[in-house]
Amino acid sequence: MSTLVYINSRNGLAKNALEAVTYGKKLGNEVTVITTGSADDVTLAKLGEYGASKVLVDKSVSGDDSQQLTRVIATAAQAVGATTIVFSHDLTAKAVAPRLSVRLKAGLISGAIAVPEGDTVKVNVFSGKAFGNVKVTSAVKIISLLPNSIQPEQNGSACPVESFNGNAGDARVKLLDTKVPEGEIPLPEAELVVSAGRGLKGPENWGMVEDLAKVLGAATACSRPVADIGWRPHHEHVGQTGVAIRPNLYIAAGISGAIQHLAGVNGSKVIVVINTDAEAPFFKAADYGILGDAFEVLPRLTEAIKKFKSSN
Amino acid sequence: MKILVCISKSPDTTSKIAFSDGNTKFDENGVQYIVNPYDEWYALVRALELKEANGGSVTIITVGTAEDDAIMRKALAIGADDAVRIDMAATDAFSVSMQIAEYAKSNGFDMVLTGKETINYNGSQVGAMIAEAMDLPFISLASKLEMNGSTATLETEIVGGVQIVEVNTPVVISCAKGMAEQRIPNMRGIMAARTKPLTVVSPTSNDVLTAFETYSLPAAKTACKMIDPENMDELVELLHNEAKVI
Ligand SMILES: Cc1cc2nc3c(=O)[nH]c(=O)nc-3n(C[C@H](O)[C@H](O)[C@H](O)COP(=O)(O)OP(=O)(O)OC[C@H]3O[C@@H](n4cnc5c(N)ncnc54)[C@H](O)[C@@H]3O)c2cc1C
Ligand SMILES: Nc1ncnc2c1ncn2[C@@H]1O[C@H](COP(=O)(O)O)[C@@H](O)[C@H]1O
Repeated sequence: MSTLVYINSRNGLAKNALEAVTYGKKLGNEVTVITTGSADDVTLAKLGEYGASKVLVDKSVSGDDSQQLTRVIATAAQAVGATTIVFSHDLTAKAVAPRLSVRLKAGLISGAIAVPEGDTVKVNVFSGKAFGNVKVTSAVKIISLLPNSIQPEQNGSACPVESFNGNAGDARVKLLDTKVPEGEIPLPEAELVVSAGRGLKGPENWGMVEDLAKVLGAATACSRPVADIGWRPHHEHVGQTGVAIRPNLYIAAGISGAIQHLAGVNGSKVIVVINTDAEAPFFKAADYGILGDAFEVLPRLTEAIKKFKSSN
Repeated sequence: MKILVCISKSPDTTSKIAFSDGNTKFDENGVQYIVNPYDEWYALVRALELKEANGGSVTIITVGTAEDDAIMRKALAIGADDAVRIDMAATDAFSVSMQIAEYAKSNGFDMVLTGKETINYNGSQVGAMIAEAMDLPFISLASKLEMNGSTATLETEIVGGVQIVEVNTPVVISCAKGMAEQRIPNMRGIMAARTKPLTVVSPTSNDVLTAFETYSLPAAKTACKMIDPENMDELVELLHNEAKVI
């Protein structure tokens, strides 16, 4: 019995990668990490602190070609005799984990939110409106863990890093360009999120949202109509047709709380709603509600956070 | 260009989510099914646009039972040429994908399009599984797709941003927001859909790798605590000491 964890280390060690390794450790067997990308060995050795006993790195693969990644992970799985393979359910995993499932004929549990109980694993279904407990019927299983479902736990020490030849083969997808906005916290990984909707009246008013996000160290998000009319970039759109997130804190200003919006955010631990309409459906899903004008409440909240940060 | 579009059903988003038989089955009582929005708005409409621009055909495929014919007719009304239903209740992404891959292989398509995910199981699995079974490249979560001869240029979501990639057909692509605009079927489309071919094919195998054992609903939220809009210090204090999130 052995566990293999795939992480993408192109931009260093992201929090969701640490979660995946921690999750692997919690499964109880020896954990080997397989990674591609450019992170240096000192950085990768740190994965030992989260439970890895060894890191294998194939630096021949630079991109996101799902066929190459699948071959590398399959080769590693065979090399270590993995009975469980863990991914963090990010965009890479969505392209690679299902391919690996077919290649190894190993059942895939995608969107896991907890460690297995008996032989089932809990996942989100119906856009977060319910949970399902899934069982794998094959000998080898693949689990893709939803980001922010568990916290990284650090209690080991650095581990060896070995270079690995995963027989990646050729890439059939040619990368022409990558556009990653600098310095922003990727929304799916953010622990704190400040979000706003049509109640903000226009893109020129987003300064208040960004100010609050900045003092909190939060990412910004928005409702769908706001992205559709071009007030905010599309990648900020959360909900059923946008990104699904599960931060620790979701602050929603001027968003009515339509069911399709809730579908993307109802996994949040704590929800704060700011709305002028006492009947706004979002209050029913909120932990803390503020019946008031976002134009006044947001700056006030920003000041209160600043005060709190300077005295803590 | 021959395009195959994978169509699945999902409960209308306002449907009440409940379970029956000791929480082992989704309770379909009073549930209205619609074409999965990603499949309809993005995959199907983009396929139709490509056909309109370059010629070719658009076939839709569903793994499902006779009850799914209604959503297939809806997709035909939007403009697909013909439909294929693999006659099997869809339970597991692997078995669904194997059936679609088999059909696609023996009928020779230039492109297989799927939606980003189904909104009931949110697995985001089927597209990549079809690609692996056919040994084809897979472009995940494409938000733009342009064709130039047999070369596709696509914009896709990656962690924290977007990528522009190029790939030759045949290829499997999962489609996300941005690909196309929703089309509303018109009366002519609806009439024409009634007589378009809908072929029912028997499944060749039904190997499953996963099974949903039970379901549960989230615990009801405790009532929302209302806070004085003048007093944001109180909110900060609660977020720090009670909720412990800051
Ligand atoms: C199939 C489908 C999929 C969809 N997917 C999504 C999705 O993924 N994500 C999504 O967000 N939506 C989605 N929608 C749209 C969704 O149904 C709602 O229309 C949308 O979420 C509403 O956005 P909103 O709350 O910003 O705007 P509105 O509904 O216009 O609400 C604005 C809110 O702001 C409040 N307000 C006004 N002024 C102020 C002020 N000064 N201070 C504070 N509050 C104020 C109002 O009381 C109101 O509650 C989808 C719809 C469909 C049909
Ligand atoms: N039963 C099915 N029949 C045909 N296509 C399907 C079926 N289930 C899923 N798909 C396709 O695969 C995509 C991803 O589904 P999923 O992997 O279930 O999230 C959907 O958007 C559909 O395009």
